[in-house]
Amino acid sequence: MKDKKQTVKDNLDIFDFTSDIAVNIKSLNLYYGNFQALKEVSMELKKNEITAMIGPSGCGKSTLLKTLNRMNDLVDGCRIEGSITIGEKDIYAKDIDLSALRKNVGMVFQKPNPFPMSVYDNVAFAPRTFGIRKKAELDEIVETSLKRASIWDELKDRLNKSALGLSGGQQQRLCIARSLAAQPKILLMDEPTSALDPISTGKIEELMSELVKDLTIVIVTHNMQQATRIADRTAFFYLGELVEFADTQTLFTCPADKRTENYITGRFG
Amino acid sequence: MSIRNKYEEELTTVFNKLIAMCRTVEIAIEKSVNSLVHRDTELAGEVIKEDKNVDNLEHEIEQDCLKILLMEHPVASDFRDVSAALKMITDLERIADQAADISEITFQFGEESFIKEPFHIKEMAKLATGMVKDSVQSYINRDLELARSLDRRDDGVDNLFGKIKGELVELIKKDGRNADQAILFMMIAKYIERIADHAVNIGEWVEYAITGYHKIG
Repeated sequence: MKDKKQTVKDNLDIFDFTSDIAVNIKSLNLYYGNFQALKEVSMELKKNEITAMIGPSGCGKSTLLKTLNRMNDLVDGCRIEGSITIGEKDIYAKDIDLSALRKNVGMVFQKPNPFPMSVYDNVAFAPRTFGIRKKAELDEIVETSLKRASIWDELKDRLNKSALGLSGGQQQRLCIARSLAAQPKILLMDEPTSALDPISTGKIEELMSELVKDLTIVIVTHNMQQATRIADRTAFFYLGELVEFADTQTLFTCPADKRTENYITGRFG
Repeated sequence: MSIRNKYEEELTTVFNKLIAMCRTVEIAIEKSVNSLVHRDTELAGEVIKEDKNVDNLEHEIEQDCLKILLMEHPVASDFRDVSAALKMITDLERIADQAADISEITFQFGEESFIKEPFHIKEMAKLATGMVKDSVQSYINRDLELARSLDRRDDGVDNLFGKIKGELVELIKKDGRNADQAILFMMIAKYIERIADHAVNIGEWVEYAITGYHKIG
């Protein structure tokens, strides 16, 4: 029985992350019906780096983030051309296992969204889904994940309390812990601190700097100071186009494209 | 159309103060050399006294720039403009110090007549003052060519420095009693040579502000 469950879990690790490039996006076009939201986007996201995506609302950055674990599949009329390779696999190939993809590519949203259950059950949710039942094993995953999300000390005595009673910052770190419990190789973060106070924001930024040692992080942010603080490289999107993608210091001190310059200096239009 | 009017105003204030600081520094160099040439110790005293004005302007511009960095979080060319201004004022302040140093030496000549009329010193000072003026002008006008020309113009100042040095050595060889004044002239020439170097430094920061590239050394 144990062996069978273990097999379920192992079958989800179908990606090969030995290469330096964690995500390779080639000539990506994405349409919502007749509207083209992404235009010929090509970029390589390096392993163990934080990549920030910036740009005005509606520029396509969140859309691109969602394509990385195929969350756009659920959107009616969404059509994709081009390719996205993650861990050497074409994630839009017909035979791709979506559970495996989402186990490896975790997502944290703008608004903390803990499940209406205990702290423990939130974190144990993914491992249980992947077939882990043994209490000792789950305990270990919950503790490790909460520790990695820098929230163990705050929650270790409240594991059985409802997650909905936590503060916004704690809820968001719990959501990060919940994602980490699936042992993803890539973590997608869609404006993860925009609803948080500066102290909670600082904790999450610090946490990201720790996590990136073991995984690859892609963050969409409207906070440019946040991008300068945490991102190794930053991509600027405008009207569905990847305008510029460079190391963060270069992009924020000496952008190559006038549109980037105008956007980041607040002189847009 | 810009949506950063407040920022633009703040930067314009910095620009205007930089122009004022530059003008004050230029006048200090001119006065210090004139005080030497005309043996005018009263004028020399003025230069030393007015050095405080430059220090105050440096402090004021520094505070303005730090406030912009704190409040506006400038990036891209805005960030380069403000960082360049912060670096430039240090060079301008050093230039004013050197003008004051020249004036202090003027007092040491006493009543004795010059061992040689300081034509080349005047010429050097004219070149260096022009370089200082153009260095700040190149920043205000975002004139990359003018900023880059400073390095080349510094060669002219260095040549004159070499010439003055050679003349002073000859004067000492000719008569050992010339040594006291020769050393004073040598120090003045060195100060002016350093003033030109500071103008080159400013030009390099202007190049950074315009292109993002900063020359090292």
